[in-house]
Amino acid sequence: MLKDIGKTLIGLWSLIIGLKITGKEFFKPWLTVHYPRQEVKNLNTYRGHIELTGQETDPWKPKCVMCGKCAEICPSGCIHIEFHIAGEDDSSQTEKILIGVGVEIPFSGKKFVPAAKIERELDIFNLNYNLCSLCGLCVQNCPVDAIKFSKDVYLAGRSRQDFEYDLLARLKGQG
Amino acid sequence: MKPNESKFELNGDYYSTRFEPSGSETGDTLILNMGPQHPSTHGVLRIIVELDGEYIKKAEPVLGYIHRMHEKMGEVKTYMQYLPNMGRVDYLHALAWNWAYVGAVEKLTGIEVPQRAEYIRVITCELNRICSHLLWWGAYLLDLGAFTPILYAFVDREKIMDILQIVTGSRLTYCYYRFGGVSADITDEFINQTKEFLTYFKTRIPMYHDLVTGNMILRGRCEDIGVLSVETAKQYGATGPVLRGSGIAYDVRKVEPYSVYDKFDFKIPVGQNGDAMDRYDVRVAEMTESLKIIEQALESLPDGHYINPNLPDRIMPPKGEVYYAVEGARGKIGIYIISDGTAKPYRLKLRAPGFSNLHLFAELSQGTLLSDAVSILGSLDLVIPEIDR
Ligand code: SF4
Ligand code: SF4
Repeated sequence: MLKDIGKTLIGLWSLIIGLKITGKEFFKPWLTVHYPRQEVKNLNTYRGHIELTGQETDPWKPKCVMCGKCAEICPSGCIHIEFHIAGEDDSSQTEKILIGVGVEIPFSGKKFVPAAKIERELDIFNLNYNLCSLCGLCVQNCPVDAIKFSKDVYLAGRSRQDFEYDLLARLKGQG
Repeated sequence: MKPNESKFELNGDYYSTRFEPSGSETGDTLILNMGPQHPSTHGVLRIIVELDGEYIKKAEPVLGYIHRMHEKMGEVKTYMQYLPNMGRVDYLHALAWNWAYVGAVEKLTGIEVPQRAEYIRVITCELNRICSHLLWWGAYLLDLGAFTPILYAFVDREKIMDILQIVTGSRLTYCYYRFGGVSADITDEFINQTKEFLTYFKTRIPMYHDLVTGNMILRGRCEDIGVLSVETAKQYGATGPVLRGSGIAYDVRKVEPYSVYDKFDFKIPVGQNGDAMDRYDVRVAEMTESLKIIEQALESLPDGHYINPNLPDRIMPPKGEVYYAVEGARGKIGIYIISDGTAKPYRLKLRAPGFSNLHLFAELSQGTLLSDAVSILGSLDLVIPEIDR
């Protein structure tokens, strides 16, 4: 009987301690961030969708040498690249090589060496962000550091097409 | 009807029509579904329960609502391409799955991991473990009817996610480990913030104990609830805090140390009775142990490469098979790979600890009150995507 009373008293005391902690916390400063009016501070470490980087001499021209490694390694097949040999007609179908979803590039077993003689021009570099898992494999496997992560965190769209990015246009559109 | 024939049934789906009630003396039992959208099942788990009044006569978990064919995907993707899948199996302790997979492939291919990378893996994986336990702590108490603790837990969890974001770039579904190391070196910012967190979190754990562990309501809902005997645990292949709660000090980090875990001094907390309270205590004590490991790893962090600089251009393991196990927040995570010498695994098997732990529920909940079953379910710390895979 006495034991039970003791137990109950200890139990009640535990409730009071709990209330004390909650009470203390009540007077502490706010920890949450009120989003549209405030922002979290660590957006700089966020790793968003990929973005092309420009050349040092001409920031509007992509660094990309069109090796296709990123498109090949991407687990979800989000990257689609098309290019043509410089000086030739854009529409010549024979020179147009398609890299991207469903097209396998035979593996050579060697490190990619950009062909110095043949100048290529990038026509299309599309990213389907709907499929991207933000794994970062494409960025790591690019031999010339032609892609980087963006800090785009506030994304909202009305349709799926809103997340199919034309990265070339984005590069040219940047200030 | 043959078992594999599917037919639209008005009286219920495949599982409910095949559920066999155990019946009662009065013949008056009620069969009902807990989940797949029930708030106490955390994710899409469905349990068919047969109730006699408030008491559970029989419970049967139904799986597969978020089956995503992870194992099959392993067969059609290259070794590298399968990496991001690992963050999505158990999203609460994603780094342990990262580790199990890269560890298996490294073992099979014979890739060496630099010491610095091993230490970075230990630090990040343990931070992730605390993160996972914190979420369990909050969610479990929420199941038991206490709303405030989860808010405290999320304050601390947010801090860990901020720290991990510095190096991984993401907050939940990490894809950070690579064959032969990690994808980015840790920065001074990371180290400083981790140290700050260590000091801070040490003051939080006593607060957690004051707020919750001693609370009479919690004790009433956990003590002597869901007592798991060692035999049953072994029969079902339970691992992790569920097994340790029953008094078996089985932890992969200790019994078959992988990576550099044998260099750290830490204890394996165990329970005595195997009830829900013991499983609770084990997990909370594990957070303290993880803090100790991180502290030691930060102190002795060696210089060097964060990833092996002489990696082959493409991962192509030789013919053979490999099994690699690590200790996740929920138990033993195992990856079994058969390679036929090509760029893609021939077969890949994921051993999820939650799968074994879940099936204990059917046994433990028999004859208990429905409200206690919720407590048992929470104390098993299940992550359904890991179970369904
Ligand atoms: S981050 Fe991963 S999924 Fe996204 S485009 Fe790059 S390789 Fe593909
Ligand atoms: S890996 Fe780099 S250089 Fe090669 S195609 Fe992709 S972005 Fe261009």
